Amino acid sequence: MPRETAYELSIDYVQVLEPDGSVDAELEPDLSEDDLLEMYWTMRRSRRLDERAIALQRRGELGTYAPAIGQEAAQAGSAHALADEDWMVTSFRETPAYLARGTPPQMLLWYAMGMEEGSATTRESRNMPPSIPVGSQALHGAGLGWAQEIAGEDAASLVYFGDGATSEGDVYEATNLAGVFDAHTVFLCQNNQYAISVPRTKQTRAETLAQKAAAAGIEGVQVDGNDVLGTYAVVRDALESARAGDPVFVEALTYRRSLHTTSDDPSVYRHEEEEDEWETRDPVVRFETYLRERGVLDDDRIVDVQESIEEELREEIQAANEGRESVDAEEMFDYAFETPIPELERQRTEFRDAASEGENR
Amino acid sequence: MTERQRLVEAVRNTLFEEMARDDSVVVYGQDVGRNGGVFRATQGLIDEYPNRVYDAPVAEAGIVGLGVGLGTYGFTPVPEIEFSGFMHQAFHQIQQHVARLRSRTRGELNCPMTIRAPYGGGIRALEHHSESFEAGYAHTPGLKVVVPSTPADAKGLLTSSIRDPDPVVFFEPTRLYRAFREEVPEGDYTVPLGEADVVREGEDVTVVAWGAMRHRAFDAAESVDASVEVVDPRSIVPFDTETVLESVRKTGRCVVVHEAPKTGGMAAEITARINDRALYYLEAPVQRVTGYDVPYPLFAREDEYVPDESRIRRGIERSLSG
Repeated sequence: MPRETAYELSIDYVQVLEPDGSVDAELEPDLSEDDLLEMYWTMRRSRRLDERAIALQRRGELGTYAPAIGQEAAQAGSAHALADEDWMVTSFRETPAYLARGTPPQMLLWYAMGMEEGSATTRESRNMPPSIPVGSQALHGAGLGWAQEIAGEDAASLVYFGDGATSEGDVYEATNLAGVFDAHTVFLCQNNQYAISVPRTKQTRAETLAQKAAAAGIEGVQVDGNDVLGTYAVVRDALESARAGDPVFVEALTYRRSLHTTSDDPSVYRHEEEEDEWETRDPVVRFETYLRERGVLDDDRIVDVQESIEEELREEIQAANEGRESVDAEEMFDYAFETPIPELERQRTEFRDAASEGENR
Repeated sequence: MTERQRLVEAVRNTLFEEMARDDSVVVYGQDVGRNGGVFRATQGLIDEYPNRVYDAPVAEAGIVGLGVGLGTYGFTPVPEIEFSGFMHQAFHQIQQHVARLRSRTRGELNCPMTIRAPYGGGIRALEHHSESFEAGYAHTPGLKVVVPSTPADAKGLLTSSIRDPDPVVFFEPTRLYRAFREEVPEGDYTVPLGEADVVREGEDVTVVAWGAMRHRAFDAAESVDASVEVVDPRSIVPFDTETVLESVRKTGRCVVVHEAPKTGGMAAEITARINDRALYYLEAPVQRVTGYDVPYPLFAREDEYVPDESRIRRGIERSLSG
């Protein structure tokens, strides 16, 4: 018996800004000069914060840190598309996204200093704290998006994860459940080509990661993740769709130019030629070229931006260090439950007694 | 006013009442909608609250993980996991996210989720349907763990759990769902989490037991020639250590009974707490009557695995002769 086609699948790829800074005028999003500068500022701030954080880690002032160098466009573009009432759910490499949403660098530094103060968030900010297990937060994004559907809210949730996370069951469950429950969720997969050392080709035999959406019956689309305008446009449209109950899976093709974390040595598993090639596609350089050509940026303004970032980071690092001095270990007992349970109160007393004995010694 | 109900009916009526009281309560899970749950604990809910009761795909991690989003957003998720043996598929969500959300956000976000799951053996179910893993959840800081043993407690404890701002794992003993009826108070009725029930007063030995084991402990207590006090903690976290200690200081002897395997089970923890704070009142070593350290057997051997009245009686006798 001849076979017939049961289902045909194609995945769109979107690029607005070419590596040389030229633009597809038809797809170019209508963004004000202020918006463009804000995205540029986020990308530059993030790049510098990452560089400073790596240096601080090397000096022993931070714990393990995961830089987003190379992924600034994927995150600044997508986070910039969020409205205030949208939720953002992240993994552990989302420095540009947090900065775009107004999280002060001091918080990100605190988290890297091993302080829960850095993962504190507020209900009003609608940002979840970073999630360290790979991909598990995709379900929280789907849950928030489902909540928005139940509540009838005209808002959406954007959840970030990497290419490696698509191998986790939770990401599949999240996309599938989001589809079933009409969740207002956009899944943003930053395909940065490596899950620590394992290349994307060993993560899955699928041609694209975006096509994983098809199994869940939701839309999947690919975008050049080093193109901030393209990422912005695709995620903006995806959020619109999600607000109406149609979740979307966006695969942003990008490259982690730096380390997986500060305890990683990419020279073991990556080739210099590959790194050099992606350097020519650097998202910050590309966007800068575009902004110069548009007349939004010139040498003087770039110097101004850089100086203001250096000044801000100096202050934020100082504030983070001052905050670290005031860490009260006993506060670890404060947040396990809303009202402490008796056994925990006994342990707190033990802790206090041990601490005071220590002082007496 | 009271009404005679089975445990499963008490659970169902409580869900109706709490959904009526608080429109943030959302019930969802595998087969909980049209089918009303495999044990019928959610029967009829979807007709009354079509926009707050949902059939979910077969995805335990997903069901619990979505609850983190619902809870963060402001809903009160009350998911059902069809059998607690399959909650392991969601354990990472519970352990890594549900229980930690408050701590990680310095008290700003919380997940007031009550995860309901049938637990324990006694219904001749398939493999993986009868486990008693309460110690694993008790070993997860930030989580409350509740096990009702009677219809009235099921109502009082489930009401407290749903209203609790912290996440709760609510284990319903399958063996007791339809085992008997008892008077259940009507209207607003709560049993605080962390208050043990002294089921039977006695002077010679204390037996601590929960879930289906509470009733076997009671029967064993009736059948020995001694004055046996039976204490049902009703919640594993928070655990009412004071009531157990008070009882042990009075009787000088203690037997802890549970269905779970012996090693690392809650009986070991309870024994340790007695050793810490009531050792010199003890007339004999604390006895543990538990399941064995083997995978929960299929039902042909289940009756030999789960403590029965005679094993509990022997535990009591060992304690009395010590």
